[in-house]
Order: sequence, then C-alpha cells, then structure tokens
Amino acid sequence: MAAAAGPALLDVPPQECPGTGSDQAGKAEACQGCPNQGVCSSRGPVGPDPAIEEIKEKMKAVKHKLLVLSGKGGVGKSTFSAHLAHGLAEDETKQVAVLDIDICGPSIPKIMGLEGEQVHQSGSGWSPVYVEENLGVMSVGFLLGSPDDAVIWRGPKKNGMIKQFLRDVDWGEVDYLIVDTPPGTSDEHLSIVQYLSAANIDGAVVITTPQEVALQDVRKEINFCRKVKLPIIGVVENMSGFICPKCKNESQIFPPTTGGAEAMCHSLNVPLLGKVPLDPQIGKSCDAGHSFLSEVPNSPATLSYRNIIQRIQDFCSHNHPQEENST
Amino acid sequence: MEEAAEDGGNLAGVRHIVVVLSGKGGVGKSTISTELALALHHTGKKVGILDVDLCGPSIPRMLNVQDRDVHQCDGGWVPVFVGQDKSIAVMSIGFLLEKPDDAVIWRGPKKNALIKQFVSDVTWGELDFLIVDTPPGTSDEHISTVESLRPYKPLGAILVTTPQAVSVGDVRRELTFCKKTGLRVLGIVENMSGFVCPHCSECTNVFSKGGGQELAKHAEVPFLGCVPLDPKLSQSLEQGRDFLQEFPKSLAFPALADIARQILAGASACSS
Repeated sequence: MAAAAGPALLDVPPQECPGTGSDQAGKAEACQGCPNQGVCSSRGPVGPDPAIEEIKEKMKAVKHKLLVLSGKGGVGKSTFSAHLAHGLAEDETKQVAVLDIDICGPSIPKIMGLEGEQVHQSGSGWSPVYVEENLGVMSVGFLLGSPDDAVIWRGPKKNGMIKQFLRDVDWGEVDYLIVDTPPGTSDEHLSIVQYLSAANIDGAVVITTPQEVALQDVRKEINFCRKVKLPIIGVVENMSGFICPKCKNESQIFPPTTGGAEAMCHSLNVPLLGKVPLDPQIGKSCDAGHSFLSEVPNSPATLSYRNIIQRIQDFCSHNHPQEENST
Repeated sequence: MEEAAEDGGNLAGVRHIVVVLSGKGGVGKSTISTELALALHHTGKKVGILDVDLCGPSIPRMLNVQDRDVHQCDGGWVPVFVGQDKSIAVMSIGFLLEKPDDAVIWRGPKKNALIKQFVSDVTWGELDFLIVDTPPGTSDEHISTVESLRPYKPLGAILVTTPQAVSVGDVRRELTFCKKTGLRVLGIVENMSGFVCPHCSECTNVFSKGGGQELAKHAEVPFLGCVPLDPKLSQSLEQGRDFLQEFPKSLAFPALADIARQILAGASACSS
C-alpha cells in the first residue's frame, strides 16, 4: 500500500516519445513499458511522409511562415491571428494568407466576417476565401454544412486535413502565411511543424493572458517550441488590464499574480512583444467579423497591436530563410 | 479491494459522474469544475475531480495541490486528496510530470491510453460525485472519455461558454457532440458574464452578454446561470484558495452556488 513499496509507474506513457511516425517508434528506450509499444513497433519502418517534399515545393511561393501558438485556450490566438493578418494586409503590395488549423473549434471564419462561405475547387487546388484581394483565408469552418456541425475527429484525421490544407490549397504567391492553431501541444502542433519542417518556418508568436493558470500552460508551449526547434519570435500578453469605460480606472480582471508575461519572458529568456489591454470593443468587432484596427484606430489596444505587428515584420525582414541548404 | 474489481472496478463506488465540456478554450471549464466540486463538498458530498486535459492541466493549481505526487497501491493509483480532511480527491496528469513546465507532446493514441487508465486504475473509493474536467474540442480526449465512462452511465454534461458569439459558436458544436455520443446535457453555464468595476460599480459586458442563455433556449437545454467576471474568483483560483468559503458576499458566489444546487437536484431526481 505504501508509496515506497509500489513499483515505479511504468504504465505512464513516457515523456520522450519518439512519435508514432518516427522509425524509432516502439523501439526507443522511452518506449519500454509504454502501453502503445506493441502498436508502434508492429508497424514496421516508416520513411518520411512524401507530402513533406510536396509541401516544401508548394511553400516556395510563401516568403514568411508564422505560427500563432498558446498552451492555453481562449487567450486570443485567433483574435491575434486575424488582426495580425489585417495589419499586414494594409500594405496593398503584400499578399497575406491565414490558415486556421483549429479543426474542432475554427473561429477564424467568424472573426474575419466569412461565416457561411464555401471553398471552391479549381484545377490548381482548393481556392482560399478572400477577405480582401490580398488577404486569403482557409479553415475547416468553410467545409462544414451548418454551424452546428461538430468535427468529432481523432488525431489521424485531423492530421490528414492539415496536410491537405498545406498541399492542396492554391495559395499563390504569398508574403506572409499566418497559421492559427488550437490550444495544446498535440496532434495539430506536431503535424504543422512536421509538414513544414522542410519549408522553413520563420517562427512562432506565443499568446498568453496575465494570470498564472494561463502562464503555466504557456511555459509548456515554449518548451514544446524548444523541443521541436521552432524559433520563438516573442510573447504577446493579451487581456492585460481593463479600463472601465465609465470611470477610466484600471482593474486586473485576470490578475498577474506571478508577474504576468513579463516575468515569464524574463525567466525563460524570450522577447515580450507587447501587452494588449482588454477592450470590450475587440470582442464586439470579432463577433461582427470586422477589423478592430480600422474600427477603433486610436484606442490603446490598436496602438499596441500595431507596435507588435511592426516588431513581427522587423523580425521577418531580418530573417532570410536559408533555402535549399537545410534538409 | 478485490470485491471492488468484480462489480465495476474502481468506479463502482461513484454515484454520479458529471462531465464539464466546452468547444472553446479558456472559457472556465476548470474554474466551473473546481467551484462545483467545492460547492458540492460544502453541502457534505464526497467529491472527486478527474482532469483529462493532458496538455494543459489546471486543476492541481486551482486546488493548491500542484506539488503533490500520485502513489500506487494494490488497487491502482491513489488520487491526491485536498485539505486536512481529505475531502476532495483529484487525479491529473499534472501529478505525473517531473517538472511542472514539461510539455506533454503526445498524439492521440497516447492520450487515449492514459485516459483509459485514469478511468480504470484510480482508486476513488466512495464518491457522491466525480467531476470530469476536459480540454477544449471534440477530439481524442472527448471521444475516449465518453467511451470509457459509458458503462458507468454518467449523469450528463455541463457545457461552459462565454457570452460572445465566437465562443457560443464552438459550444453549438459541442452540443452536437453530446447528441451524437448520447451524453445528456445537464445545462449551459455562461461564464465571464459582465464585469462590475470595483471603482465605480459600473457593469461592463467585457465579452458581451446573453449568448449562453440564447443558445440554451435555441437548443432547448436547461440554462444553469451566468457567472460574472470576478477578480476575487480568478485570484482565488490562482492561489488555490476556496473562493466559496472566503468570499460568500461576492457577486459570483450566488451564481456558483445555484449551479451546484441544480446539479444536486438533477442527481437526486435521477437516483430516486
């Protein structure tokens, strides 16, 4: 009964899983005792997915690829992705694309005012849905028949969808591809990094809110980035302080009890790109499918968004992807 | 312990299972799970929480047990108990990680295996309520949880949303998930519904208002109530303190107590 007398918790799946797609699957040291070892090792050797090469070819037309990540849900990943896209697309000479890989909870169509739109098939693949001439969007939301449709899919099916989005969508020549992700560190995240592995991702923007219950998940996400060698452009603290519209006093709805994103960034040595205050108008703009940046151009939140977008642009312009010499 | 294994395993002594779901992340699933557990505990019930959010477990911190470990006994894994009187039993992947910041980078099959173990191998003992907190979505964790709990006939699911349309849209999908998997919907909770400024008492609908109530009406499921944004509530959860005991006069208190009352009523109607 006592703790010390019991055997080690061998039946807990191991930390250092080589991944079911790896040729070490079922054979690595960490696989000993994993409940899935049998399934993994019986599969035989697997080569790299041929889609990775096809996606690399396709992505040659995309200059910069950015992931928007967070370990925590509801912190504003989709809101940020949409506004980053709107901000970048204000320069009419730039072509911007948004890919929503939140398969079970796609919010991008609503936030970008494209609810009810359908994807069209052409000879060169699926055509994205366009908000403006230079801003195209793809999401599983466009493939559903009704807003009540649930996507009750396990991992492999979600991965197949992400592969299709990268390989079969006719993005054309794109300056910035922004990938909005679901919360967590699981199938969607591993798949997007894996499928884009030969195509040079510029980096990830990590979104958080100020409270520790969010930061503890975001630290995990930063560790994920480090494990899969994904550069971190920086962290955005969203919902940072609320200014009462009546008395103009500030309140901390989500209190930064452990120092907020600033302290986390300092201790993990990642850049803090900025803080965006909680402004009720942001949610309203998202519900209506409008750009908050153009609806309320002078608010503190807009200014903060613009600063952050500028920093991301600067990061990208200093980051010249090393074509061909990486394998 | 051997008798337990014969008649339904480790969940044999659990009377009611309540699953807390939402299509959307960050709407307060773990908050509602924690406060519901505390509220039921204050009415004298024995309560357990199973946290199946494997990539972002929040329950251990919210109950201030984040530094504890899971032990093993002959019957399986012993849950972590909260408080001196061992009043609330908790199981979460958070207790199994070596370092709190370790990322759980697992694809579906591995998550499914652990959830099955959580359902079969935790020695809950006698419980009036087992509350199952889930990650956002309608994918591996949800399918596996509902499948492995099905033999134990869960009481149903509480769906949590925030008021804005973007969140309500995801919860509509979750309702379809419940319908398809035959999980009864106990009701919808609208969380973060309005914020009362502590300086001037003006109520601002930070994330809009009324979306949850409208959805409940539209889907013809019970509406369990609106929980206002309350910095005292977020602060309590950050520090793992019992909000219901410490702030009985706060705005969120009656809403949370009322949700617990409705779940209790539903459970007793079901078992009588």
